[in-house]
Amino acid sequence: MKEDKTLQKKHSMSDTNTLLTITIVVFVLMYLFAMVFLKGAFLKPQSFCNLLNENAALIILACGMSLVMITGGIDISVGYLTALVCMSCAVHLDYGGGSVGTAMLLALGIGVAFGVVQGFLVAYLEIQPFIITLAGMFFAKGMTTIVNNTQFNVAHEGFQALKATRIYLPVGSVNRLGVYVPAYVEIGVIVALVVVVALFIVLRWTRLGRSLYAVGGNNQSANMLGINVKRNKFYAHLLCSILASIGGFVYFLHVGSGSPSHASGYEMNAIASSIIGGTLLTGGVGNIAGTFFGVLSLGTIKNIVSSIGLDEAWWTNITVAAMICLFLVIQSVVLMRKHKKKV
Amino acid sequence: MSTETTTKKTPVKKQSRSFGEIMKGLVRQQLFIPVAALLALVLFNLIADPSFFAIKLGTNSAGDPVLTGYLITILDNASELVILAIGMTLVTAASGGQDISVGATIAIAGSVMLRILCGANASSTLQAPIWVAFLVCCVVSMLFGAFNGILVAYLKIQPMVATLILFTAGRSIAAWINNNQLPIVSDPTFSYAGTFIPGCPVPTPIFIAIACVAVIFLVLKFTNLGLYTQAVGINAQSSRLNGINPEKIKFLAYVILGLCVAVAGYIKVSRFSTINYSVVAKDIEMDAILAVALGGNALGGGKFNMAASVLGAYVIQFLTTTLFKFNVDSSALPAYKAVVVIILVVMSAPAVKAKIGSMRKKSGTAKPAKEAA
Repeated sequence: MKEDKTLQKKHSMSDTNTLLTITIVVFVLMYLFAMVFLKGAFLKPQSFCNLLNENAALIILACGMSLVMITGGIDISVGYLTALVCMSCAVHLDYGGGSVGTAMLLALGIGVAFGVVQGFLVAYLEIQPFIITLAGMFFAKGMTTIVNNTQFNVAHEGFQALKATRIYLPVGSVNRLGVYVPAYVEIGVIVALVVVVALFIVLRWTRLGRSLYAVGGNNQSANMLGINVKRNKFYAHLLCSILASIGGFVYFLHVGSGSPSHASGYEMNAIASSIIGGTLLTGGVGNIAGTFFGVLSLGTIKNIVSSIGLDEAWWTNITVAAMICLFLVIQSVVLMRKHKKKV
Repeated sequence: MSTETTTKKTPVKKQSRSFGEIMKGLVRQQLFIPVAALLALVLFNLIADPSFFAIKLGTNSAGDPVLTGYLITILDNASELVILAIGMTLVTAASGGQDISVGATIAIAGSVMLRILCGANASSTLQAPIWVAFLVCCVVSMLFGAFNGILVAYLKIQPMVATLILFTAGRSIAAWINNNQLPIVSDPTFSYAGTFIPGCPVPTPIFIAIACVAVIFLVLKFTNLGLYTQAVGINAQSSRLNGINPEKIKFLAYVILGLCVAVAGYIKVSRFSTINYSVVAKDIEMDAILAVALGGNALGGGKFNMAASVLGAYVIQFLTTTLFKFNVDSSALPAYKAVVVIILVVMSAPAVKAKIGSMRKKSGTAKPAKEAA
């Protein structure tokens, strides 16, 4: 009885919190399972840091995706936008004689350009976001190969120095030779964590964040509350593209090369992470913290599959799909039961 | 939104109408956008190079007469897309979302087909008749369609999310079915569906596509499927009150799409007599959704126009072939496609239409229109 009352009191956030709890619990259980039964690498702090290192870009992309999904939209251009940013920066550094600073500006510029165009078309011309971002995805895909159609590694010195920068943590493990090796993270992880914290604060305590939820929850009532629906949708798409370009640069920093096949499938990974994190495509429900754990869950399951020894490429995909399926069914059942109880 | 997608013709008055009014009526027609796009493409090709439309009768390597020419290529290559667009239109209308797993399920369908034809050891002689393989392939595809359907209709998961599962796993399942081998069918009869039947100069996929379109038009004409689908898409709750089972209709739409996938998969593998799991039908789901959108159908569900979707599919293939003809690099092709798509969608956007309407009103040629979109 008591529970019902609290549910009613916090009705607007209750769905979000329920889904978030499920995600965190499943992630912790999964990681504990890996630590207990697979031991080996999972017990080392570095393996957790590697999980972050490898997924830093995806975390940033998925955060942007969650923003758009909270307003009830979707952006499937982010994956190829990442590839475009990587390729443009790589060409700029090695052939254009640019510096790391101008490369960052270039990346941001690409993001802003995509964001403004897509946001305008979606918000003010009211075209379905799926179609617009699909066109954006095609455009980014084509442009990447127009800029350069082969893979190449960047040799720029300043960039290499930045890429090799590691931040050592006070925890570590002893390696086979008995030498203590501290765990490290790359710069991208710091960027990703800053993004996560910043967006978490924005969504929770600022006017923009609350408006995004309102817009996604119900367009018309948001309008009646005096929220500028179009402008908020525009902001969401703009932010998503900017975050995608930041994520693209972080990805670039991690791999250090440009290639048309970079980050392929990242848009679907980002959507999957957001969903696992409890963001609903219908809008109005979602949480950045959930998205963060969604990305980590996705990474962990991949690591578990490969450490069990199922090395064939198809097993990873099938397990990931099975996990998405499991999450979806759990969420759907939980939400259905809860809403039934309320009625 | 829904006013734009009405397929009904506006009642024609006997009085003579001004040119502006006629134009406005035309623009409001749902078929306007795909037809206009097609005409624009045709015009562009006519000006750029009239030989685009030349059709020649030649002979292929086997000595049979075949028709060649860009138009034939367009009709031939668009077949799979047309067949998928049929199913995708129904799915979009009924569930208000899209199935993004069709490319991956085509890989599964093709893989199942080859597995049955070649057996476990990938032998080159046929292990089963083709029609048996096709039937099994249909059943499997419909089962995967049913899986999507259950998730969407009964568990109420958004279509794009639900089909994301098979999108992720599909190609891996396809590889797994054949143990990651690439069986090759050497029997010439297998390639008839994807290439030519000896003696007939027109590529077979064109006939298959026409047959599929004919079947769906007959179904829509003589059954309540179309009406029920639109009712469910517009408002599932009120369709339930009217005695329709919305879950069943949604489920059915996905199963029908599964069948379309099976046919498209058969054509795909038949073209090359083999399969490449990671490449076959790649990004075809995006093209199929695009076909539905170009046809002016609301991606949020509700009213639909099958003819417009089919036409949309041909427009996409026309565009692709035109770009290829002008030596656009295949990997750079999406960029040009994107520009055309954006122009088309912006033209058909309700906000833009309303603006054009109000501009015309100001010029005073047309009577003030009552409805504002």
